[in-house]
Amino acid sequence: MSSSQLSTKHLLGIKYITKEDIELIFKTAVEFKDVINRPIKKVPSLRDVTVANVFFENSTRTRISFELAERRLSADVVNFAASSSSVSKGETLLDTVNNILAMKVDMVVMRHPAPGAHHFLAKHIDANIINAGDGTHEHPTQALLDAFSIQETLGSVEGKNIVIVGDILHSRVALSNIFCLNKLGANVKVCGPSTLIPRHIESLGVTVEHDVRKALEWCDVANVLRIQLERQDIKYIPSLREYAQYFGINKQLLNDINKDIVIMHPGPINRGVEITSDVADSKQSIILDQVENGVAIRMAVLYLLAGKKG
Amino acid sequence: MDQGKIIVSSERFQLTLLRLAHQILENHLKPEDLCIIGIQERGVPLAARLKDNLIEMLGGQPFKYGALDITFYRDDFRRRDVPIKAATTEIDFLVENKNVLLVDDVLYTGRTVHAAMAALQDFGRPQKIEMLCMVDRRFNRHFPIKADYLGMSVDALDEAYVKVNWKDIDGEDEVRLFSGKIIK
Repeated sequence: MSSSQLSTKHLLGIKYITKEDIELIFKTAVEFKDVINRPIKKVPSLRDVTVANVFFENSTRTRISFELAERRLSADVVNFAASSSSVSKGETLLDTVNNILAMKVDMVVMRHPAPGAHHFLAKHIDANIINAGDGTHEHPTQALLDAFSIQETLGSVEGKNIVIVGDILHSRVALSNIFCLNKLGANVKVCGPSTLIPRHIESLGVTVEHDVRKALEWCDVANVLRIQLERQDIKYIPSLREYAQYFGINKQLLNDINKDIVIMHPGPINRGVEITSDVADSKQSIILDQVENGVAIRMAVLYLLAGKKG
Repeated sequence: MDQGKIIVSSERFQLTLLRLAHQILENHLKPEDLCIIGIQERGVPLAARLKDNLIEMLGGQPFKYGALDITFYRDDFRRRDVPIKAATTEIDFLVENKNVLLVDDVLYTGRTVHAAMAALQDFGRPQKIEMLCMVDRRFNRHFPIKADYLGMSVDALDEAYVKVNWKDIDGEDEVRLFSGKIIK
């Protein structure tokens, strides 16, 4: 019998949850997607729960998505952006979070530039912690909403061929996606310039391809990532123009391979670099469905973790 | 395993269903304003059976029908050991100015109905809400709620458990009384 609760009280990364957890989150998200498409988009489930959104790194989409998810579950929400806070005055992470918790906060949604910051917190505090991105490590809710969108579009994830194109080296979305898709039984390939593909990535159970045309011919779904220039300390590619030439996905390329591929992108898009506008806005693209599903997935995660506290 | 005691047999069960359908019609002379809403999980099969009976009796006159999941509206969330799994709400209409009939199998503490009334507010302001149940355990209420239509009343100890079985799910249409909670 499938369980009605998660195996964990934190969502630190996809690596630390089970396939059953993912399936329960998806099942719950289907119901929440129904809720957010009603005239009244709100349920009272978390009315006695306070959630702190603690962002030590910039974010628009993820923070708004989490905040909407929290408000649609009727939780009380406090937002905390590190740039305008005591962190810039030299306070430690643990002190910052403990001060927030002293104000009776039940859950912490955090984005932090250091990989593993959430694990450290989980050892020291009692609240449920949700990872909204830790450096180049994991971004679990993005991977969940990506896989959920694939399941919604193609019926299932199992057995599907999925290629992740772009800056795999710096992408937490790529790593979480690899864990999530593998657990759900998909075949995963990564594609990009060799400088942006980590060595030994095959040990995670993926294959590597450097020719984007071959990768597209193979796949059912292409998840296209942004080149994260802000994380690159040295030059990994000669120029964005050259990257677009060799790895950019355009209409011509898709027409040539004569197959209906689902196009995904976690955003923000650099139009004309990794993907052209006519592809991003085409019928094949489910980019805006991903955004809508993001709220439903985050509602499901918040709801299930809140219930876990007991 | 405790098989429980049959307190309503299949023959009587069918008669009760018919009586309930007639009682609904008696009070709803304009079926176009009637919405029958089954509460997930076990209220839905009862609502479906009443719907079948009513379709036959009304001969094509339309009325609205849906299923309501109240998981996200329960007042015991975070207070139970094991959370309840969400089921699907299927209400593709607004209940604005409609006469809503909530349907559940057993009316016990009244907490489910209480949550269902809260959930219903998200689909508009009904003209009126009524409650129908197959079994009313009238001495176990936690809320001032009573059924407008009921199959039968069962006066049992708090620890007893009443289960309504359905032919297409459990093999037989019947009501069984158990001396304690069934461990699945």
